[in-house]
Amino acid sequence: MQAWLDSLIARGAFGPHPSPDLIYGAAIAIACALVLFLVAVPFASIVTWVERRVWARIQSRIGPNRVGPNGFLQWLADGFKHICKEDVVPAEADAPLFRLAPYLVVLAFILPWAVMPFASSLILADLNIGILYITAVPALTVIGILMAGWASNNKWSLIGGIRSAAQIISYEIPAGLAIFPVVLMTGTLSMQGIIRAQGWAPDRWFLFANPFCFVAAVILFISGLAENNRTPFDLPEAESELVAGFATEYSSMRYLFFFMAEWGNMFIAAAIVVTLFLGGWQFPAIVQSPRLMNLLQLATFMLKCLFLVFVSMWIRGTLPRVRIDQMMSLCWKYFVPISFINLLGTAVWVAIFPDGNRFTQWLMLSFGVAVVLLFLARVVAFTRRARMELYFHPTI
Amino acid sequence: MSSGVAVWFPIGVMIVGSAVVVGTMVSINRLLGPRGRDSAVKSEAFECGNPPSGGAWGRFSVRFYLTAILFLLFDVELVFLYPWAVALRDLGMFGFVEALVFIAVLAVGLIYAWRRGALDWT
Amino acid sequence: MPLWLFAFFAIIAVVSALGVILQRHPVHCLLALALALLDIGALFIGLGAEALGFLQIIIYVGAIMVLFLFVIWLLNLQREGLATERIGLKVIGTLAAAALGAELCALLVHAGPAPAAPLPVDYGSLRSLARLLFANYLVAFEVTSALLLAAMVGAIGLARRIPGTNAVAAPPSDVADRLRSAAG
Repeated sequence: MQAWLDSLIARGAFGPHPSPDLIYGAAIAIACALVLFLVAVPFASIVTWVERRVWARIQSRIGPNRVGPNGFLQWLADGFKHICKEDVVPAEADAPLFRLAPYLVVLAFILPWAVMPFASSLILADLNIGILYITAVPALTVIGILMAGWASNNKWSLIGGIRSAAQIISYEIPAGLAIFPVVLMTGTLSMQGIIRAQGWAPDRWFLFANPFCFVAAVILFISGLAENNRTPFDLPEAESELVAGFATEYSSMRYLFFFMAEWGNMFIAAAIVVTLFLGGWQFPAIVQSPRLMNLLQLATFMLKCLFLVFVSMWIRGTLPRVRIDQMMSLCWKYFVPISFINLLGTAVWVAIFPDGNRFTQWLMLSFGVAVVLLFLARVVAFTRRARMELYFHPTI
Repeated sequence: MSSGVAVWFPIGVMIVGSAVVVGTMVSINRLLGPRGRDSAVKSEAFECGNPPSGGAWGRFSVRFYLTAILFLLFDVELVFLYPWAVALRDLGMFGFVEALVFIAVLAVGLIYAWRRGALDWT
Repeated sequence: MPLWLFAFFAIIAVVSALGVILQRHPVHCLLALALALLDIGALFIGLGAEALGFLQIIIYVGAIMVLFLFVIWLLNLQREGLATERIGLKVIGTLAAAALGAELCALLVHAGPAPAAPLPVDYGSLRSLARLLFANYLVAFEVTSALLLAAMVGAIGLARRIPGTNAVAAPPSDVADRLRSAAG
């Protein structure tokens, strides 16, 4: 992009005496705004409609289908409804903090988009320590959620907020440890550097590099679900127990912000897994034009992320909520010890096979394919049975 | 490009941009939303329809404190391991053994916490 | 980092640090402290120590602030009144603050100009941090693990001694206060 801007400056597109810094700055600002308004916010909104449709299919319902074709404009209708509602601040609440809290949560959802590696040259800020940045951002979410829960001065809110914070911080440990296998193999914390160390073919993905990476990827994905309060870990906003958790006293836009952030964070969590383990934007070099190549890479990255987002919807539609003691023991008694073993195992592995081991990669890949095939066979078997039921109840 | 302050510019733009998004949406809400009168009942804390019994800012269970301190200790450990993971190839065998000792000492802590029931949520 | 940016962050740091000591409610103080620490992280990043800045944010804002908030709620600290009785504490505090101020002034006076030589290429990177940590400060690094272990054992021991740990929730504060006044 810089080269393109340079050529524009050389051709005199910005007048006879342009100031390159100003032009670069403006271009980056415009790019940020585009990512913000064309990707992050619409994604977080549209995904609500997708999710409701997916759940409905899973539960043999139809889901929202009235507003627009197949209900596609439902997210706009929901947003408009929220924007027209009254913004109530309870009398007992700590008003400034109550108003500030949603901003922190939204900020924590927006910030990771700045280091998202959409394609080989589509990244806003290619930090040397991109992973560290991504790990630091949830701190804002925790503070925002605790602030929301406390400032509401409501028992549901405070219990929900404090539970949510305990859950997020607990699962940050296994999530942080699950990153280490990849860092050990690549020796870098840059998102682009990690993707460049992988290949487009699945056998070159870090997911299949060795058994430890496979386990780490699973732990990272599940921890991502837990950190974003997704089912089966949605205890902080368990409707039947805590009304709406930390968001109980919120209404209209501010309520919407929390859920926008939650849905947006689904994408972030998926993108981290895709970057670290699923090859990121890697795509076979079949075209010469770098611009077309970038588009293909963007599509690859987005498709992989959206697939993982779909899996998380699928999980949400299928699994029941866990209890808080189960959630905490899953984290501290299973994930943390397993992650430590993973870490040491990978270190030994890297010492033995500094450049990876082709045989293991193929073995792991065939293992992964076998798991997927087995799973698909079961899904097909269940679908056959479900179709019979649908036949007997045509109204569903 | 990846040196100096310039690489942080997009992040600054994102911080300002999300403030603009939140600010705009809240202002539109102020314009469009109804501004009903606040009544005493409406602005009291929600407790499923009952009048709220006391404030919420009370005392909390010690388990959350335990979780937080366990998190803090493991987070510090994680932070020490980041440089190690990045530079393991340069550090070689010696670096591996150093980290092994470090992790082993903390594993003892985890086992102790486990045995004392600090990881149980009962 | 350009001077105006440094000034911006520095002003935020000073204002939020003042907020820590001037506000009445402990939760407000703590949030001001979180802002101050976040801001210092930003200053580290601006001065080229990127890794250190992020580690500061991860540890202090992400972990220690949450721990402090939980402790405040655990102890049920409320809005502070003016502390009028503890004159001795005030005197000690003033003396300590004066000593710190004098030390900072001395440091500023004796500090030379900024080093003219450009920083090394990997200044502030995790790799250079690792070289220091695993070569020069090896003993300190290993002792840290013992320190963390001691902290863990201490915290678990403390938490176990507080009565009512096994109850689902601690009793409401007003009941506890009444019980305490009845008992003592």
